[in-house]
Amino acid sequence: MADGNSDQIGGEVRPNIQLPIYLDYQATTPLDPRVLDAMMPYFTGKFGNPHSRSHSYGWDAEEAVEAAREQVAKLINADPREIIFTSGATESNNLAIKGAALFNKDRRNEIVTVVTEHKCVLDTCRHLEQEGFKVTYLPVKQNGLIDLDELRAAVTDKTVLVSVMAVNNEIGVIQPIAEIAKIAHEKGALFHTDCAQAVGKIPLDVGAMGIDLMSISGHKIYGPKGIGALYVRRKPRVRLVAQMNGGGQERGMRSGTLSPALCVGIGEACRIAREEMAAEAVRLDALAHRFYDKVKAKLPDVFLNGDETQRIPGNLNLSFAYVEGESLIMGIKDLAVSSGSACTSASLEPSYVLRALGVEEELAHTSIRFGFGRFTTEAEIDYAAETIIGRVSKLREMSPLWEMVQEGIDIKSIQWADH
Amino acid sequence: MAYSEKLVDHYENPRNVGSFDKGDDSVGTGLVGAPACGDVMKLQIKVSPEGLIEDAKFKTFGCGSAIASSSLVTEWVKGKSLDEAATIKNTDIAQHLALPPVKIHCSVLAEDAIKAAIADYKAKHGQS
Repeated sequence: MADGNSDQIGGEVRPNIQLPIYLDYQATTPLDPRVLDAMMPYFTGKFGNPHSRSHSYGWDAEEAVEAAREQVAKLINADPREIIFTSGATESNNLAIKGAALFNKDRRNEIVTVVTEHKCVLDTCRHLEQEGFKVTYLPVKQNGLIDLDELRAAVTDKTVLVSVMAVNNEIGVIQPIAEIAKIAHEKGALFHTDCAQAVGKIPLDVGAMGIDLMSISGHKIYGPKGIGALYVRRKPRVRLVAQMNGGGQERGMRSGTLSPALCVGIGEACRIAREEMAAEAVRLDALAHRFYDKVKAKLPDVFLNGDETQRIPGNLNLSFAYVEGESLIMGIKDLAVSSGSACTSASLEPSYVLRALGVEEELAHTSIRFGFGRFTTEAEIDYAAETIIGRVSKLREMSPLWEMVQEGIDIKSIQWADH
Repeated sequence: MAYSEKLVDHYENPRNVGSFDKGDDSVGTGLVGAPACGDVMKLQIKVSPEGLIEDAKFKTFGCGSAIASSSLVTEWVKGKSLDEAATIKNTDIAQHLALPPVKIHCSVLAEDAIKAAIADYKAKHGQS
């Protein structure tokens, strides 16, 4: 974007950058223009109901949906018949967890998951607790990864399902999925993984990794919002209780008329991801390092949350000690980022994910999630780094905590009042 | 979250950022809040021999509303007597900056900071 598109102003090269710079790729991604092009015909001319059997409008729509299903399947090395279209990863997680748990409830009634899962997994598990299931919420280590021995101890022959996300949405760490699947299978449990943040970013192979159920989101991979998918293993067959009743579409697991345009969109998004993932990972890794190195060179006391190496390249969750997250976000309006401090919401509680890592509340309050993606440029990275460095320095100048630290006072030694 | 122009102005151009010497007899220091809660305010007043607050400084770790609340009160206390300064209410601060409901605690903290600074000054001078 910036290349060959720079203005020379007063001897200083100022690349054209559109502000605010979007650095929240874990929240959502823009639609890739190629995806939009693929979708467009299915809104107007090819508007048929893919479930109509008696005319070409329906057949054309069905053909497009099935081609999309194949694209999704290919990305994770699945069979197209194992892909169920849903409204998004939240629905996929609900269907996978409730569906598998309820189908097997007479034989097994325990579920194992992790405290840093997405809210839709945790909330679904809480719901199942009310239905009589026993749920174990595994802790994570300081690097955000689970301890496999603790997992092994938690899975019993009463465990129906182990659900562990592949990539965490806040800190970007990658859990050892294949090993987790193996431990689940040793006790005859099913393995579900929320891959909303992993698909299209790291290679996934449902066969090689032993995944029984996998949730996929469209809008995290430059596809449209409002569509996701659930991979449901056929051999050996995983059976689910449908959570939506109706016309029996999607092999009876998810009734409701499919949107061919959205299906085509997620399919095209998966095709592009498969072709470009390897090169894109290298590019994003370089961008993330460039950003992190610049920031670290100018600012002391910056901490990376989550494992240093077991992570996707497009995520950096950083804590800036002695400044507060919301005031930082307020001062970096040119950057669209999200804060690990929930001060922007009503609860005033810092992120439960960072707390689970044992990040102290002080640091949890000062953390910012930087998400880089397909349309992030080097010029944007440089601008973002400078913005952050400038604002953190300014806020530290007015931070009483920073002042105390400079004076050699141990902040932890002070008796702070609760309020 | 949409903040008022006054609040944003105090955040972008905070008044009276800095520190006085804590050990100076004419200085009262209030340090309130806690890092774990995401807000710490240090507010200092410099009191003239006649008992008027002639200068004030602050440093704040906290959200934009906390920074703005403390910046505002440093302006308000200047020229006031200790008793007058002690009458500043959090509701006045909240109203002036149009704080959203979830940020009212920032104004409460700013009021606490003034009171703490006054108490510190009085303690130094054997008043209570």
